[in-house]
Amino acid sequence: MTSFRLNAGGVVDRSQPLRFDWDGLTMSGLQGDTLASALLANGVRVVGRSFKYHRPRGVMTAGPEEGGALVTTGRGAQRVPNEKAPMVELFDGLQASGQNAWPGVRFDIGEINDLFGRFFTAGFYYKTFMGPGRGTWAWMQFEKLIRRAAGMGTASREPDPDQYDIVHDFCDLLVVGAGPAGLAAARQAAEDGLDVMLVEQDFALGGRLIGSTETVEGQPADQWLASAQSALGSVRVLTRATAFGLYDGSIVGIYERLTDHLASPDPQMPRGAIRIVRPRRIVLTTGAIERPVAFGANDRPRVMLAGAMETYVRRFGVAPGSRAVVATCHDGAYSSAMALAAAGISTTLLDARMALPPALADAARSAGIELMPGYVPVEARGHKGVRGLQVGRLVDEGSLARSEREIACDCVGVSGGWSPAVHLVSHRGHKPVWSPELACFLPATAPEGVALAGAARGVWATDAVLADARTAAADAVAGLRGKRRRKAAERPEPGGWETPIQPLWEVRVDGVKLKSFVDPQHDVTTDDVRQAAREGYASVEHMKRYTTLGMATDQGKLGNVIGLALLADSLGQSVPETGITTFRPPYTPVPIGALAGRARGTHWQPERRTAMHDAQADDGAVFTDAGLWKRAWWHPAFPGEPLENAYVREARAVRSTCGMVDVSTLGKIAVQGPDAAEFLDRVFVNGFAKLPVMKCRYGVNLRDDGIVMDDGVTWRLAEDEFLVTCTTANAAKMMAWFENLLAFRWPALRVHVASTTDQWAGVAVAGPRARAALERVVASGDVSKDGLPFMGIVHARVRVTDGEIPAMIARISFSGELAFEVYTPSGYGPALWKALVPSVRAEDGCAYGMEALGALRIEKGHVTGAELDGRTTLDDCGLGRMASTKKPFIGNALRHRPELSRTDRPQLAHFLPVTEGEKFSIGAVVCREGEVKGHGIGWITGVTVAPALGDGWLGIGFVTGGPAAWEGKTVVIADPIRGSEVRARVASPHQFDPKGERMHA
Amino acid sequence: MLRIPCPFCGPRDHSEFSYEGDASVTYPPLDAPEEAWFEAVFLREDRRGPTEELWHHLYGCRAHVIVERDTLTHEITGARLANPAIRAALSEGEE
Ligand SMILES: [Zn+2]
Repeated sequence: MTSFRLNAGGVVDRSQPLRFDWDGLTMSGLQGDTLASALLANGVRVVGRSFKYHRPRGVMTAGPEEGGALVTTGRGAQRVPNEKAPMVELFDGLQASGQNAWPGVRFDIGEINDLFGRFFTAGFYYKTFMGPGRGTWAWMQFEKLIRRAAGMGTASREPDPDQYDIVHDFCDLLVVGAGPAGLAAARQAAEDGLDVMLVEQDFALGGRLIGSTETVEGQPADQWLASAQSALGSVRVLTRATAFGLYDGSIVGIYERLTDHLASPDPQMPRGAIRIVRPRRIVLTTGAIERPVAFGANDRPRVMLAGAMETYVRRFGVAPGSRAVVATCHDGAYSSAMALAAAGISTTLLDARMALPPALADAARSAGIELMPGYVPVEARGHKGVRGLQVGRLVDEGSLARSEREIACDCVGVSGGWSPAVHLVSHRGHKPVWSPELACFLPATAPEGVALAGAARGVWATDAVLADARTAAADAVAGLRGKRRRKAAERPEPGGWETPIQPLWEVRVDGVKLKSFVDPQHDVTTDDVRQAAREGYASVEHMKRYTTLGMATDQGKLGNVIGLALLADSLGQSVPETGITTFRPPYTPVPIGALAGRARGTHWQPERRTAMHDAQADDGAVFTDAGLWKRAWWHPAFPGEPLENAYVREARAVRSTCGMVDVSTLGKIAVQGPDAAEFLDRVFVNGFAKLPVMKCRYGVNLRDDGIVMDDGVTWRLAEDEFLVTCTTANAAKMMAWFENLLAFRWPALRVHVASTTDQWAGVAVAGPRARAALERVVASGDVSKDGLPFMGIVHARVRVTDGEIPAMIARISFSGELAFEVYTPSGYGPALWKALVPSVRAEDGCAYGMEALGALRIEKGHVTGAELDGRTTLDDCGLGRMASTKKPFIGNALRHRPELSRTDRPQLAHFLPVTEGEKFSIGAVVCREGEVKGHGIGWITGVTVAPALGDGWLGIGFVTGGPAAWEGKTVVIADPIRGSEVRARVASPHQFDPKGERMHA
Repeated sequence: MLRIPCPFCGPRDHSEFSYEGDASVTYPPLDAPEEAWFEAVFLREDRRGPTEELWHHLYGCRAHVIVERDTLTHEITGARLANPAIRAALSEGEE
């Protein structure tokens, strides 16, 4: 393979060769190369295959707008797909490969798609799969095939092994883009005393001045650059950092690549960091992006942007070929042609204009460049690389040409103009406006505190760019100092070309069918755009979605403007009438892992453990997740005891002797103040004002719309002090709700609330021998039948291994048995648990977990979060009679709405299989016999083996009309996903101990 | 990302707050008829321009803050504590 590295020139370090792996071949590059420049230097033409047609594609650009050279870098879990080769910094040992090809980019079987191109035109997917008579089934079958054939690189399926940081940062002035404008603005503002950050996506500063031979402010560009960099002083410079989004409040998201360019990075280093910067002022010196021209086979390898060719020659010392044609319609491409000529490449310059810029044309001619005014490119020849270019003469000043002859060449540079990079202000909804004179969109407005300068606002000439940037910086300084500048300095007018641009979007030849690409990444052609217009996709936003133009990983950086212009042309209207799509963040792709930062695993979802967690773990408890909490699921009696065995054994113990369970996760809110009782009266459906001190009461509260929000037991500890307990899942919600009511709705109430969930550890002791078990450890405090009646509270002291601890004991039952809840300050939690275990055992009881807790409550017919699911009313849950008629409460007005008052609403019921041993699952649908379809007439919310009801399976759930309509009748419980149907008898949810004699014992 | 000027904590990222609805709604007395509650709970204006929103500084001081925000520009022009008594106490402290 011939080397395309020039003998001299470029800012690469020729003394530092780097070896890298490309598609299994070992190649050599230089320090300072990108993967793209190294591939060009090694003579690699085909770098990837296109998305739909698998056409061979090469390097097209020298920036993030790359549409051809999409590559995959790295190996294994660190594989990164869809990297743009011009943005990949070369290092020794880099591994990269081409994409979208099997077996390889050099020979790809999928290329046959190119021959069937007509099947893949605009709207192909919609038409084929969304039309009448074709359903999801067809889509599901074909989707697999299409996805495999039209992939965009493959990500690793393993977890991202890298770590990322999120950094919050602040500065006075953020300058985005370190080309000449950014360097000038940052330097000026820093010299004026501002804290300045300068962000550059490249690894080097200078933008288009890197390697340039032009004279800047009387100095050669490289000298100007060197002095500009050394004068940055206090400026904080971030390279390899892309400002990917501008957000509300002028917050800027920056992704900084920290190790991607290193051969062997320190494993402690994060791969990248998101910087969330809150600058006081922003100057955007983001430059402009060159755009191509659509002509036949303009996607062939070695058809490139003219400016990219210039970059490869001047910055990297790489020749794109030996015989070049540059095609343009404006002054800007002349320097590109000059760069090629200066490197000894024989160069022809096609300028669509008949009137050439006199000075530039003279310079080009004296550099030996052949000039062809009025000529345009018609079609590139060659397959895996350019062999020639068919050129033609424009018929008028439009896009129609007469094809004339082929020029032999091995590379083609194209430049249809420059588009200011206005993406960041567009993120904030500031749409650019069309400039017919410059044939580009210029920024019109910017958010408060944000200014654009230089090529980003269409100023092309270097001197004007520098003046513009310095003025913008001075304005920022003045704004921050609260001063209006004495005389607002004039900003240079956009433009700066010798002869005006003659817009050229596309080259067409009558009677000749050309395959001309607008968006090479998504294989969108000029015909696709025209077809979309013909089919009525007249809005630019619709055209974009129908053709997928601009929806690839470059987000239309190359193709958007041409696409718009072609759509406007097809519709016979102007570009401004057609409009522009909105750019959205991110400007360039950001790794998902970086957005997460350190918030992964338990740093994202911390684990909450109760005070008694370790004490239970020591005894072999098995834990399950309840929100963030870890709760004991079951307590194996012997190592390896399965859940199915354990929970039935535990539940049986509670019914026959006693059991103990950790209830510390229950939400606990201290409600204190003179109006505390009044507050609770308003919140709960039942009354609390008359609840005696040292008594507790079960309460239910509603949302404003009359739906049940939560339930729990509230303890009155003093006239003006309550302890509200709520369900584990709703603890945070209830707290926020109380705070809202007190701050916003009823600020006059003298009530203070505080979450005490973590301050109290709690154990429930339940079962006929619960009192006996408790009495074994209670040192003081009367827990006798008369001393502590049902729903009573007592302050007590509990004997533990090394003394006594304080406790509050309330006689509350969730299981339906004689039961107590013992609360102690969290620090004493482990001691309390350890003290109770032997006394419960001494009464032939055991510890029980969540599963047994669930079994007991299903038997008893108590509701939990599974029933209070945000759709159910008091009556649905059989709680209607709790609602007070003597006082108003939240939700009372709206709970009487007709739909919520219907008697045929699904209501709580028990379900027992008709055939013993048959089982059904949570989530199953309750249906009438013979009518198993749709949503049925109810659903199942809990299932258990029910030792209290004869050891059979028992379900709890809802059925239309409830037990009143269905008691004793048979329904079918259907589980269409698992394919089971079980006949079950409906019963009252309160069939176990309906009079509550057990818990009053 | 919005920055909300909490009267206690200063300007903080909106990710520290939870949005709790339209602050211009006046809830009727609890014994008001169904229609009044229906209007307060379900009928909302979709305003284009200045609005008052209720935000809860959940991961901060837990104050409820009424934020004046323009739904068109996302500009936040003011923020005050929802509870008038605490608001008054805070401004006394500043004097
Ligand atoms: Zn706060």
